[in-house]
Amino acid sequence: MKRMLYASPVLIAMIFGGFFLWGLNPERDPNAIPSVLISSPAPEVTLPEVAGTGVPGFSHADLVGDGGPVVVNIFASWCVPCRAEHAVLTRMVNQDGVRLFGINYQDQPEDALRWLNELGNPYERIGSDLNGRAAIDWGLTGVPETFIVGADGTVLYKHVGPILGNDAISAFTTALEQARQEGSS
Amino acid sequence: MIPEIGQFALTLALGFALVQSILPILGSARGNSLWMRSAYATSLAQVVFTMIAFAALMRSFVVSDFTVLNVVENSHSLKPLLFKIAGTWGSHEGSLLLWVLILTVFGAGVSVFGTNISAGLRARTLSVQAWISVGFFSFMLFTSNPFERVFPPPTDGQDLNPLLQDVGLAIHPPLLYIGYVGFSIVFSFAVAALIEGRVDAAWARWVRPWTLAAWMSLTAGIALGSWWAYYELGWGGWWFWDPVENVSFMPWLLGTALLHSAIVTEKRGAFKSWTILLAILTFSLSLLGTFIVRSGLLTSVHAFAVDPERGVYILWLLGISIGGSLTLYAWRAPALDAGGLFRPVSREAGLLLNNLLLATATGTVLFGTLYPLFVEAISGERLSVGPPFFNAAFIPMMLPLVFAMALGPFLSWKRADLAGVLQRLKFVAILSGLATLTIWYLTEGGPALAYLSIAIAIWMLLATLQEWAGRIRLGDVTFRESFRRARNLPRASHGMTLAHAGLAIAILGFVGSSAWKSEQIVFVTPGTEVAIAGFDVRFEGVERVVGPNYVANRGTLTVELDGEYVTTLNPERRSYPVSQYSTTESAIRSNMAGDLYASLAEAANAQAEARGAWTLRILYEPLVNFIWIGSAMLVLGGGLSLSDRRLRVGAPKRASRSIPAATPAE
Repeated sequence: MKRMLYASPVLIAMIFGGFFLWGLNPERDPNAIPSVLISSPAPEVTLPEVAGTGVPGFSHADLVGDGGPVVVNIFASWCVPCRAEHAVLTRMVNQDGVRLFGINYQDQPEDALRWLNELGNPYERIGSDLNGRAAIDWGLTGVPETFIVGADGTVLYKHVGPILGNDAISAFTTALEQARQEGSS
Repeated sequence: MIPEIGQFALTLALGFALVQSILPILGSARGNSLWMRSAYATSLAQVVFTMIAFAALMRSFVVSDFTVLNVVENSHSLKPLLFKIAGTWGSHEGSLLLWVLILTVFGAGVSVFGTNISAGLRARTLSVQAWISVGFFSFMLFTSNPFERVFPPPTDGQDLNPLLQDVGLAIHPPLLYIGYVGFSIVFSFAVAALIEGRVDAAWARWVRPWTLAAWMSLTAGIALGSWWAYYELGWGGWWFWDPVENVSFMPWLLGTALLHSAIVTEKRGAFKSWTILLAILTFSLSLLGTFIVRSGLLTSVHAFAVDPERGVYILWLLGISIGGSLTLYAWRAPALDAGGLFRPVSREAGLLLNNLLLATATGTVLFGTLYPLFVEAISGERLSVGPPFFNAAFIPMMLPLVFAMALGPFLSWKRADLAGVLQRLKFVAILSGLATLTIWYLTEGGPALAYLSIAIAIWMLLATLQEWAGRIRLGDVTFRESFRRARNLPRASHGMTLAHAGLAIAILGFVGSSAWKSEQIVFVTPGTEVAIAGFDVRFEGVERVVGPNYVANRGTLTVELDGEYVTTLNPERRSYPVSQYSTTESAIRSNMAGDLYASLAEAANAQAEARGAWTLRILYEPLVNFIWIGSAMLVLGGGLSLSDRRLRVGAPKRASRSIPAATPAE
């Protein structure tokens, strides 16, 4: 009995070692969880519409409304990568039926409107975040950033930067596919 | 040429370490004193050659030798000289070189200053120390060679991460490493004692100064690191429970436990196997820290050199050193005879409580740090554990510890009178209650836990002062007599008072700056006024400034209090064109009451930029400087204890020795 007590540190250390060995798998990228929001509920913020766009703003309740996952994209007209990403998002909406919500970050409504008129509007709803407070709740590190919010309002995935290039697009669509299956099962 | 010399020196050092890892321990097993003494020469040779390697790398940085890959990746010809030098240990490879340099310096320290240690124990200790050296030298040479060349050499370097270009951070890693590596000696002592199968008061007395030195350095390193996080990151926070912060905090917590349990082993012969275990675990946690920071196992804001191949190598090192030593412990420790009976209320029991709480707190931090990994391994789910967990789990453990810390020094060895002690602390209890009520009256809106923490910190501060006053009989005898008594007290006793008071003061800082922090984030254009914590801050505008390797936008803020001019703050937003990094240089108006802290973020958007608008972040952090004053007192207290004659003179003979009853403990 006493021996067991003295042997317990080495046993515990071995268990830890096993986890470490598993954790060193080179396929595993610990930085793939860059957001503290992952697997927690989407922030409870209500965003007004961007004046003149004709699409409504949204609140947390709208994210959990209709059963499927929602993609929330934070964008701004002054952000160059957002412009590049816009086409990718539009294609996702048109071809895959993705439900896309936008958060217009620190942008004057007239600029946002001009931008959408020029490039087209793939967004189902657009919330205005003029002062950037909502973006803080979403843990924004820079625009653009895109989240996948599950049917139950849980943040499932976060992509930092524009969704451009094959790797980013396939990672994103895979995550979206998983979110859909989780929602339907 | 110079880098090759460094490389060669490193290889030679590995050779000497190999010899030292075998010969002295064989010698002590066979009673061959020549083999045992060989450790003296080999440990010195290790230091000399590691220093040559270190100097070679430093020279490559200073002269910007861009044929060396490490210099290319971490330096730039325009960088200020201080940061070129600091760049030597700013990278993974260089910091490892610093790691082994300190390791060998400590090893040679035992060789040179450990003349009062019995020859057998010293030889074994030095061999164990050399095992660690072999591990790290080979790790460097096989996976992370700092002297690797590039051909053709690029015209200029890629620059050191500007966040790291800071005086605080230039000296933070060396201090941290002295702490980490200092515990290696304690580890080696512990393993040597297990091999010898003997732990006694003399052993504990040898261990203590090394532990104390390592602990002081780690304390200073951690405090500097949090100070850096506070003013350089521009977030206005000093602790984020980031994995990289946790890995330096865990050895500190356990090292603190070790510091106290070694006292019991030394003075009362109790806690022997526990002290040994703490010595092993403290260094194990230092190694674990090295592993976590470099393996990419966990996500962190400041982990560097993420490389699974290196991770596997370090994991092997961990497996051999930690697994080996703990197996040895499981095998030999049950044979160590327990000693020193004591009552449930006694100094020993108090220190036991201290150890249990500190060990549990360490376990909690370890669990919280690794929890995401465990969960991911078991369920595949990814999550991160944030400050809420640590605050909720850690603070409730620290409060009883701090409460009891006030009582500890009043308790006598073997058997103490708790009722009598509480009776003596009556006035302290009343005073701290009154002080807390005053604070409650003066402030508003703090959480209940904050007032409780403040009360306990004041309680501890006053009790510590009363204990000290009682020892020099302040007020009972003439002032001159008290002064004489104070001078005659062992320095370790003043050291304890200073360190305990320092912790109380630091806690006031922790609580004040987190519970009563006020914050404003606003868009500002020239002329905008912001009111915070009684101050009126006016944003005057931004001008462009050019630095040696950056350009900056420098804001000007005029601060007024009740219409009176107080100060001008100049927060900066710097961008480093070479490495394409931006940093925030906060501006701080600091005094004892608190800091007014301002930082600027990027222009909010295109229109805002056109209007000259900026995002301004202003914080008021009450008492925040108490954190660093308290930390400095902890370090000074440790230093006073370390300079105590009784520790300097070193170990007594192995024969039992009576210890005066009045001798205080830390």
